[in-house]
Amino acid sequence: MTAQEVRLCGLLLQEHFGNVVEKVGTHLIRSGVLNLRALAHETKLPLDLVKKSLCVLVQHGMCTFGAGRRGPAGPVEYRINCEHVFHMLRYPRYIYTAKSLYGDTGELIVEEILQRGQMTMSSTVKTVADRLTHNMPEGQSMDYSEVVSVFSQLVETHFLQRCPPLASAGSSSSGAVDTPLPVATQPTEPENHPDCYKLPYINLTGQLLQSKHSSHTKKLFSGQPLCGDDGIYWQVNFQRFHLHFRDQAIISAVSCKLDQSSSEIVRTMLRMSEVTTPAHAAFTQALSANEIFRALLSSYNIARPILDQYLSLLVDDPMEFVGKTGDSGGGMYVVNLHRALANLARATLESVVQERFGSRSARIFRLLLRKRHLEQKQVEDFAMIPAKEAKDMLYKLLSENLVQLQEIPKTPDYAPSRTFYLYTVNQLPTARLLLQNCYKTVGNLIERRLYETKENKRLLEKSQRIEAILASLQATGAEAAQLTEVEEMITVPERQQLESLRHHINKLDSSENQVDETIFLLKSYINSTQASH
Amino acid sequence: MAGSRGRGRSQFSFSVDALGFGRGDSLPSSAHTPSPLYPPMQFRPVPLHTGEEVDYMLALKQELRASSKNLPFHIQAARTKTDVARYSDKYQNGETKNNCIEWSPDWSRMPKELCIKVRKPRKTVIGAKPQLTRKPKVAAGKEEALQKLEKREEEQHSEEEEDEEKKKQNEEEPDADEDYDEEELEDETDYIMSYFDNGEDFGADSEDNMDEAVY
Repeated sequence: MTAQEVRLCGLLLQEHFGNVVEKVGTHLIRSGVLNLRALAHETKLPLDLVKKSLCVLVQHGMCTFGAGRRGPAGPVEYRINCEHVFHMLRYPRYIYTAKSLYGDTGELIVEEILQRGQMTMSSTVKTVADRLTHNMPEGQSMDYSEVVSVFSQLVETHFLQRCPPLASAGSSSSGAVDTPLPVATQPTEPENHPDCYKLPYINLTGQLLQSKHSSHTKKLFSGQPLCGDDGIYWQVNFQRFHLHFRDQAIISAVSCKLDQSSSEIVRTMLRMSEVTTPAHAAFTQALSANEIFRALLSSYNIARPILDQYLSLLVDDPMEFVGKTGDSGGGMYVVNLHRALANLARATLESVVQERFGSRSARIFRLLLRKRHLEQKQVEDFAMIPAKEAKDMLYKLLSENLVQLQEIPKTPDYAPSRTFYLYTVNQLPTARLLLQNCYKTVGNLIERRLYETKENKRLLEKSQRIEAILASLQATGAEAAQLTEVEEMITVPERQQLESLRHHINKLDSSENQVDETIFLLKSYINSTQASH
Repeated sequence: MAGSRGRGRSQFSFSVDALGFGRGDSLPSSAHTPSPLYPPMQFRPVPLHTGEEVDYMLALKQELRASSKNLPFHIQAARTKTDVARYSDKYQNGETKNNCIEWSPDWSRMPKELCIKVRKPRKTVIGAKPQLTRKPKVAAGKEEALQKLEKREEEQHSEEEEDEEKKKQNEEEPDADEDYDEEELEDETDYIMSYFDNGEDFGADSEDNMDEAVY
């Protein structure tokens, strides 16, 4: 774990779970694996607090545990899964995706499960029905069956999956949790479990009645007879969401580069191969042009010869999104996933250089990406930039580590006059470098936001109090005069200060979301290169 | 990579014009201080994305942040009381204790050694309530409870007391009806909870109370 990653993990844990969990989490990340006693001793926190923190982390899937180095007889060892902590940055995106695909119900289901880590189906359905009912007008209520149907859709499309049961040697349970072993061992990969996406049979009684206070639901929640799915917990399948985001990125890239219709064709192709393509595949399953034509929605209004033309255009495009693998069935086409990701990452790198150093430096960068190794003289010639400026830009890029120098000696002693010095850009290490920069950026954004909030804490608290008073006065039907009197308790310069504070915080939050998109792209690219090895 | 000086005479191992400045020019100035912490940017950054999607995700992010503070997963260390033990401590149970956990995880999925007593609070329910995200609704619940309290007690609350009430109401907000009596009569006393407020939280946050009128 790099220093920036550890710092970002700490900030995220602190934001969501407080200082105690942050301390425990960061220490565990730095140490790798630890057992409970060692962790408590080294963090100097009371044992109970450490236990509570570990419970929270395990519940959210960020911490895994297993038999330690001493084998099953020794103490349990814990390890933090950093990737999972970084997913917390992307929660709004997951929830928004669920909303766009499955509406408000889907949005609430995913939000509940994300906030709780793992939940049973019955409790999720009840809680979501609760919330929806509260937001409905009087008299209406949300039917459990609707929520259940959306839940099933989410499971069918693999956006939700069962939490894997705790592994015990050679047991193959049907999804229910086994009796705990003396030392619970590492849960297996969720995908390996055959019932990963099987819905349990639950029986929820009736429909939630709309009631003024949710005391009614409270009684339903506690002391409820078993709904038939005890012990079967569901979690969000992050990998599926990531595949969805990747597909979205490819489609929008195609629509930017070519046009809307070609992006619709690529969208259709990706949709058809959603379930047949494994997660780390380099390209989708081959699809024939006939199949694609049949699967195209009629609203796109693309005739068969037009489709063929578009497909050949896509194949010839230098970005190589789509490739042709055969001629049967009118032509067999695949979407080149890994190559598309590499191209998207490359475009990101080029855009970063362009925005930071100017378009001429970007020209040099692109040149080096294409031509691999060039001498200084050649760079000046190919880029058509005067020598002095080209030198300047090259050295600046070199000092930022975006460009590397490769020495090729002519003689065994590396005499500088008899050595070739070639400039080169390696895409993968540069992508890793930028990824670390992104982590640092998000860390800085979070810290700045915390600083701004802390500076104006008094003002924020005051405004919250005033709002609460206003709300209570409004409910008791106070006159306008009283309301304005209370409102005036915040002076105009204070109001301006509050306004600018809100503006700053919104901007910082928005920036975090946007940097996270870049993080996702670069991480997907890096993972794709690792998967192929 | 200390290249050997070329054989023989004063041959430099690199040609001078490759360095970027001529023979007679002065050397580039050396740096006397570390590079500045916030160097001036050559180009302004591109503005952020805007749009409905971006705004919605922003709102989601802020809501998630706010609601995660109220979930039982947000762990705070118990405040150690360095004062004398007081009678009112018996009735102040809003504090978290280190040895109880506020939610009930499925212990069969966790290592046995993490097992810790699940807190059974007197007023609130086991398991966290999902945070209602609609502010007016939350305020509505608070107001109703407040209304009842005001009618019953017929006294002016100070601002701080209102806050405390609101905090307590928040915790038990849905239970306002049923547990209302519990809140007033606590363990065979005849006094409501605010009787046992020992004033520790009064003025703890802000030092200047001048601009807040005390009723």
